Amino acid sequence: MTTTRTFSSPLDLQSVRADFPILSRELAGGFPLVYLDSANSSQKPRQVVQAIEDHYLQHNANVARAMHQLGAEATAAYEGGRDKVAAFIGAPNRDEIVFTKNASEALNLAAHTLGAALKPGDVVVVSEMEHHSNIVPWQLACERTGATLKWFGVTEDGRLDLSNIEELLTENTKVVALTWVSNALGTINPITEIATKAHAVGATVVVDASQAVPQFPVDVSTLGADILVFTGHKVVGPTGIGVLWGRYELLAELPPFLGGGEMIEVVRMTGSTYAPPPARFEAGTPPIAQAVGLGAAVDYLSGIGMDKVAAHEHAIVEYALEGLKTVPGLTLLGPTDAKDHGGAISFALDGVHPHDVSTVLDTRGIAVRAGHHCARPVHERFGMQSSTRASFYLYTTPEEIDALVDGLGFVRSFFKVD
Amino acid sequence: MQLDSLYQEIILDHYRTPHHAGLADPYDVEVHHVNPSCGDEVTLRVELDGDTVKGVTHDSVGCSISQAATSVMSDLVIGKPVSEGMATYEKFLELMQGRGNVEPDEEVLEDGVAFAGVAQFPARVKCALLGWSAWRDATAQALATQGAANEGVKNA
Ligand SMILES: Cc1ncc(COP(=O)(O)O)c(C=O)c1O
Repeated sequence: MTTTRTFSSPLDLQSVRADFPILSRELAGGFPLVYLDSANSSQKPRQVVQAIEDHYLQHNANVARAMHQLGAEATAAYEGGRDKVAAFIGAPNRDEIVFTKNASEALNLAAHTLGAALKPGDVVVVSEMEHHSNIVPWQLACERTGATLKWFGVTEDGRLDLSNIEELLTENTKVVALTWVSNALGTINPITEIATKAHAVGATVVVDASQAVPQFPVDVSTLGADILVFTGHKVVGPTGIGVLWGRYELLAELPPFLGGGEMIEVVRMTGSTYAPPPARFEAGTPPIAQAVGLGAAVDYLSGIGMDKVAAHEHAIVEYALEGLKTVPGLTLLGPTDAKDHGGAISFALDGVHPHDVSTVLDTRGIAVRAGHHCARPVHERFGMQSSTRASFYLYTTPEEIDALVDGLGFVRSFFKVD
Repeated sequence: MQLDSLYQEIILDHYRTPHHAGLADPYDVEVHHVNPSCGDEVTLRVELDGDTVKGVTHDSVGCSISQAATSVMSDLVIGKPVSEGMATYEKFLELMQGRGNVEPDEEVLEDGVAFAGVAQFPARVKCALLGWSAWRDATAQALATQGAANEGVKNA
């Protein structure tokens, strides 16, 4: 299919793609890889892998507790990762950055520590479009404490339904935990507007930015969140590291999450005192090489410019939405225009189950995700059990979108749904 | 990768018109199994008559592979002794885990041989096993209740 649709991006895609060797892979049958699953996990540029390799091969040791030269180098490298991440998201203070295992652990940290103060009658508010990682920890916190979980619904066009915000945000509301960008619908939510209202009733605002930090410039100093989390492997960084940013005064008040080495001040058999943040929340040997890799990842993205990454994502989403709308029998889940639409598009194809869509695309080298994408409630909201999701990043080309659209045509003919 | 070996006509036929679909009464045990990684769900009812599988009905949402496998599974076990159904499951499992190196036994697996291609798509093996896991679970539960009831009779 030749395209007459227009596409313009501020990125030099050829040079960006040259940094990601995996993107030149050929898959079974001689098909070039078309990787449209970046919302699941992004690919890694050479620069990130090399930084990790250099750390392991030249500077490896434990941090903080190792007193020798390598220990000092490893500590500097780990803490350097913290500095870079702090700068990347506009954190006023490096000690506001806590490293975790992933976004899920960061959200559990938030739910445990904020949950410690919850009591019956208190309310925690989430939304129907959350990833399971931002639902289940709060359900557990409510079970432990007797607090009540409430949620924002989702409108027919895939936006947060704010029509009952006055009922949801009352003086009983202690925590509002929302995703900035939905991993299933792609919706970008108005965090600042909601945070202002949440703060007016005294609630703490937790933002799941797992799909936001990869896609556009983030400045926590003006966002309005009290806590924000994201995960390393979706920002061209390694797996095994997540980030929790929290306002320092808030973190300083919170109890520990996991107990162990490095998070203490003084341990006596009769009781212990705890280190100040961030160490209080980093029990045990942290993800050291991963912090180095994450530092290299945010350097890489900053070098390209997050404003350009955002402009590229927008252009690709617009192009993809147009393309997908030409596929007969395809229903988009979530917003159908590119305004306030993040880099993930989910859809249903009449007569073909998402697994079958993805398997057939896979045989043509096209990697998409099929299932509920860890967001079952929002699928239920739209009367669906699962969907197919294509997601994009700074290395996604319009030709790859064309391949997807062609591939979907092939899926339809293969399953004879014409 | 061989699309046609995965999606054999037999599979697509069972998918389009699954056998024993729609939950029926009476039944001994009903179970609900899900494949949490992808969201496929099956509700399945089993009715035993002593050691024989009298009836299996199901209501499932899922892909062609999981729906067709549940349909074929029902055909294979209904009217058979439980032990034979379990033995058929073992054969089917062996085929699924064989990465394409196991020669399917058509005598035992009947339409189930069509799933040989699935073994080459590791991500889809779970789909083919969902209905079977539901049937095994429901049957084990039905046998256990039967056993308990018999105990009760003996004790009375
Ligand atoms: C919106 C959102 N929140 C949380 C997560 C969880 O991230 P992780 O699996 O790295 O903990 C993801 C990704 O899977 C996500 O998309």
